[in-house]
Amino acid sequence: MSTDIRPRIRIPQGIQRGDVIEIKTMISHPMESGQRKDDGGRIIPRMIVNRMTVTLNGRQVFEARLEPAVSANPYVSFFLKCTQSGRLDFTWTDDNGGLYKASRDLTVA
Amino acid sequence: MKDTAMSEPLHLARREHGLSRRQAVAAIGTACIFAPAAAEATPDTARRLLSELVKVAPKAGKVRIDIPEIAENGNSVPIAVAVDSPMTPTDHVRAIHIISERNPLPGVASFLLGPDNGKAEVHLRMRLAESQTVIAVAELSDGSAWVATREVKVTIGGCN
Repeated sequence: MSTDIRPRIRIPQGIQRGDVIEIKTMISHPMESGQRKDDGGRIIPRMIVNRMTVTLNGRQVFEARLEPAVSANPYVSFFLKCTQSGRLDFTWTDDNGGLYKASRDLTVA
Repeated sequence: MKDTAMSEPLHLARREHGLSRRQAVAAIGTACIFAPAAAEATPDTARRLLSELVKVAPKAGKVRIDIPEIAENGNSVPIAVAVDSPMTPTDHVRAIHIISERNPLPGVASFLLGPDNGKAEVHLRMRLAESQTVIAVAELSDGSAWVATREVKVTIGGCN
């Protein structure tokens, strides 16, 4: 299943120094809530992305802690004040210890 | 927009439409079976979680929740929470928490922010098991906490 889990990130183009930009993220993941039952009446174990972190040049700029009430394929967007170019690293962690990473270059004119 | 202070009752009359909801869900062919009612969040458990997350009593104001008044599909409801803050090193939002009153569990998400964000606003898509009140709380760098609530009517509940 892990091969199905793919992060997507959208960052605006043409960023000027001092701009506050919205960074949109989504990762394909079932976010199994642990509340549902299968046909045999057994509870399907919880398996969610429980944490997402974003660093800029190694320094954390955003963290989201997610609960089962977050929809499947969790979409999270946040804002960033762009004072320098650098590398954005995105990490998602799930209940099974799965670690999903993506990186983007942030280019500030 | 209706903001309610935590001192006022957050209670939203419980809608007795469990059966029709289940029928509706079955009708669209989704295998959606809810856990025992004992696991459900209530305004009380939501308040308890809030007091665990935020140590001071939140005041009404500064926080804005943007969520549809009527959500047709409780599996995916877009929500935005914005906080009135300059987001400077000395005056910024440290955290935003989203809490539900009528999902199986009260917690939805917490976001850790700082001056790097420039703007205290987050967007998410959340599940709503039924019509209820959604609560958003912001913790500021000065130690104060601010809260907003919004009622949402849900046509088809999300499978939490």
